[in-house]
Amino acid sequence: MRMRGMLAGLVAVTLLAGCGGGPADDADDTVTVFAAASLTDVFTTLAEEFERDRPGTTVRLTFAGSSALANQIVQGAPADVFASAAPAPMRTVTDAGHGDGEPVVFARNQLVIAVPKGNPAGVAGLADLVKPGVKVALCAEQVPCGAAARTALDAAGVPLTPVTLEQDVRGALSKVTLGEVDAALVYRTDVGSTDTVQGVEFPESAGAVNDYPVVVLADAPNPSGARAFVEHVRSARGRAALTAAGFQVP
Amino acid sequence: MRAPGRRVPVALLVPAVLGLLFLVSPLVGLLVRTPWTELPQRLAEPAVLTALRLSLVSATLATGLCLLLGVPLAWVLARVEFPGRRVLRALVTVPLVLPPVVGGVALLLVFGRRGLLGGWLDATFGITLPFTTAGVVLAEAFVAMPFLVIAVEGALRGADRRYEEAAATLGAGRWTTFTHVTLPLVAPGVTAGAVLCWARALGEFGATITFAGNYPGTTQTMPLAVYLALETDLEAAIVLSVVLLAVSVTILAALRDRWITSS
Repeated sequence: MRMRGMLAGLVAVTLLAGCGGGPADDADDTVTVFAAASLTDVFTTLAEEFERDRPGTTVRLTFAGSSALANQIVQGAPADVFASAAPAPMRTVTDAGHGDGEPVVFARNQLVIAVPKGNPAGVAGLADLVKPGVKVALCAEQVPCGAAARTALDAAGVPLTPVTLEQDVRGALSKVTLGEVDAALVYRTDVGSTDTVQGVEFPESAGAVNDYPVVVLADAPNPSGARAFVEHVRSARGRAALTAAGFQVP
Repeated sequence: MRAPGRRVPVALLVPAVLGLLFLVSPLVGLLVRTPWTELPQRLAEPAVLTALRLSLVSATLATGLCLLLGVPLAWVLARVEFPGRRVLRALVTVPLVLPPVVGGVALLLVFGRRGLLGGWLDATFGITLPFTTAGVVLAEAFVAMPFLVIAVEGALRGADRRYEEAAATLGAGRWTTFTHVTLPLVAPGVTAGAVLCWARALGEFGATITFAGNYPGTTQTMPLAVYLALETDLEAAIVLSVVLLAVSVTILAALRDRWITSS
């Protein structure tokens, strides 16, 4: 009995040690896409279309903050495509020699002020965010939505002190959804993703537009699949999906 | 020659060594990649010191709160017979296995501005807990308290009840018996629990960022600073991680020899 338990333990250890090389066999028909968190909805749609067009192909999507994804790629994560929410994380990847060719900008996103439905705090523009008692969530400046927010606030000359600096744009949005803050600066596309918040446009956001670049990665296990996916994103259907999600398409 | 009874069977030794390597190698990896030459100047950065100070203060306050509430809770669970005790004991340990982010969301739903209690606190006293250091303490205490309760309850169950009975026969009231007999008896267990509780609070990330948010000086503890540093600067994230690791290991090692093994 005791021996059997020990054997089971050894088998488990062996299995754990052996599962490193698994997915390589089906690399031919799998495209691994690392994409910014703000692309979650639209890239899920695009991936479904892509898979429908090419039976047998699987798109594996990983969504996170662009900078975190860029670091993972530089650290050797096996991805085929990288779509970033800003040029800076893309530069992290291309400067380290991980880009196959030049990244192309496929979408642009603009900031809006997200407020709970009905706008209880009566926010009409950036200046209202510094009114006493108004709690605001921003993204941390280390992530693209935070950098864009800083640019917009500086351009408007609004000395805003947020109550929290969230680690990504969805974190900031959820603080509004939960009613913990009165407003947050998020992308226009994020406001469209939930019906408990509404967006308030502000003119200064035009000066803080985020370019979304995409690139095929130099170490892509599936370079042809990667190129095909990027083409799909830039195709007429891809552009239509991006526009429908609230992105501007160059 | 060692005595045969002390010899370790290979079937145990091999997985034991593998287990040890598995646990220790990530720590070694961290130390290997640490930019040691830059370390002193990185450490002197005010942002690092602010996050470290906040971490130490909030973990200590959270441990205090856990002691205040957790020791009596452990006593009730160990000493009082009542229906539903099993269920209650299970509930107390839920935060151990609950994903911390879920804990953070749950805390928001109760103590948040729109929460069951938080809404009332806000409307009546103008107190809001999210985005404050008090919120950090609350999040840390929620996640760390089970460590204390389990340790103290175990110690209480293992303690010899005859001392308490003797105290009672000598005329000591229940409270006096608790403070003068029971507590000293289980002191090592309480300390061990408090140390684990403190270490868990120090490392808390998910519940803190979800419930208390992230703002330097008020809610940005070391784990949050590490996560954000990772977005832009791997070296900075490594330095912060090494500091947190050093603080945790120092405290755990110092107190483990002294307290945990003696219980």
